[in-house]
Amino acid sequence: MLELEHVQFTAGTTNIVKDVSLTIPEGRFVVITGPNGGGKTTLAKLIMGIEQPTGGAIRWNGADVTHLSITERARLGISYGFQAPPRFKGMRVSDLLQLAAGSDQQLTHDQCCAYLTKVGLCARDYVGRDVDASLSGGELKRIEIATILARGSGREHSLMIFDEPEAGIDLWSFAKLTETFRALHAGGKATVIIISHQERIIRLADEIVLIAGGEVKARGSVDEVFPLIMRDTVSTCSAAEQEGL
Amino acid sequence: MLGEVEKNLLHVISDLDELPAEGAFNLRENGKGVQRRSTKNVEITPKTDKPGIDIRVAPGTAFESVHIPVVLTESGMNDLVYNDFYIGEGATVEIVAGCGIHNCGCDTSQHDGIHTFYIGKNAHVSYVEKHYGEGEGTGKRILNPQTIAYLEEGATLDMDTSQIRGVDDTKRFTKVVVGRGAEVVISEKLLTHGEQSAVSDMEVELNGDGAKASITSRSVAKEQSHQVFYPRLSGNCACFGHVTCDAIIMDKARVRAIPELTANHVDAQLIHEAAIGKIAGEQILKLMTLGLTAEEAEQQILDGFLR
Repeated sequence: MLELEHVQFTAGTTNIVKDVSLTIPEGRFVVITGPNGGGKTTLAKLIMGIEQPTGGAIRWNGADVTHLSITERARLGISYGFQAPPRFKGMRVSDLLQLAAGSDQQLTHDQCCAYLTKVGLCARDYVGRDVDASLSGGELKRIEIATILARGSGREHSLMIFDEPEAGIDLWSFAKLTETFRALHAGGKATVIIISHQERIIRLADEIVLIAGGEVKARGSVDEVFPLIMRDTVSTCSAAEQEGL
Repeated sequence: MLGEVEKNLLHVISDLDELPAEGAFNLRENGKGVQRRSTKNVEITPKTDKPGIDIRVAPGTAFESVHIPVVLTESGMNDLVYNDFYIGEGATVEIVAGCGIHNCGCDTSQHDGIHTFYIGKNAHVSYVEKHYGEGEGTGKRILNPQTIAYLEEGATLDMDTSQIRGVDDTKRFTKVVVGRGAEVVISEKLLTHGEQSAVSDMEVELNGDGAKASITSRSVAKEQSHQVFYPRLSGNCACFGHVTCDAIIMDKARVRAIPELTANHVDAQLIHEAAIGKIAGEQILKLMTLGLTAEEAEQQILDGFLR
């Protein structure tokens, strides 16, 4: 179970995350959504330990992880797929997947290929390629998602956080990705948090958390929260109001 | 019979645990050729006028490997060797060279290997060369390799050189003259650390129409070490050449990359790219999210970069 208690993050004088309290039970599939700049990615980074909160506490399966390093949290089962993943000259896709799986399990060629297939990549073409500038943004993003699948699969008590996994991905691959998330959800083993703006991903969620202005504005089931999102999409746009739209 | 130290050096520089059971080879140890084998298609003969060997590969040789490792284990040894390779027309051959120095004394150990390749028409050569130094002594480990290659029409040379670690001082010189329709691909990887210094001077002349050259340098400079990479590419005909210098700099190291292109013909297409920078913080963070410590992440990034 993931527990956030009054988590805050201030950069300079800007309160990026104001006072977020959330409890996500184990095995739950949660989609965090909300307008750009609302604090979603920062919240994910706070959970992973990439940023340190300026207030509040984070607990994972009862252990206080607020001040643990990224490495320590990763070893407790928390993983995070970057919104804009870095490239690595000379590191092959298979190397990155092996690092993700960890030294306690040796990935076979077939296992590497299976992870790539799950994100819509033709495994044979990618498994031996370098994770460098020869990959497009969409390809890199899908490899990033595959690393999180490799990290979380087969582990007990894993928390997988995906930051806008749909960004830069074509329609065909997106359909495959949605299937993969659906299967992940059906498996029910991992706790999954996806930051997303895509209705097809939002509709997979057990629970939607709407974050705006660094705060939780709403949370609940798809049926409860989705209409709020649709309503706010138009009503918060003052220009549209003036135009009578 | 090889001792443990020699075996380890051999393993690092040529991935061999023993001398090869098949194929041509020449093992040079502490300034002397100690074991040698020729085959039907590859003849290795010692030079009579100066130290070194001649390697002659018969025309049309389908594929053969030739191993010519050098190991230095005597402190204070200064070894200069000339190895000439004559590759017959249409032959395909892999040559695995390399030098390992184990210096446990206080005197400088040095190996200067001068390799000259005469690559015949439509012949294909893959040349792998690794350099490595070790030993607890205070004596320096110095390697100054020179590789000179002449490629006739349609020939190819795929050259993969690396300095793994432990070499205090190196001045590398590479010169390749590329004929009509011939192609050279050079990949150089260098790691320097401590107070080490490395200079890599390269000169590639594209002299025949359709000649191609691709030069890639990847280097890592750590601690107080210093590197200079100076590739010069000249296009004297309708040709294509590409130079990439990529360096990771760490600690208080210094790196200079000075690619130089000279086009002496209107149809010469020459490109260079150079980048020097430290390891990106995002790369370290990403690997930490996979459970690695910052130090392990850094090592993985460097290992991949120099792979």
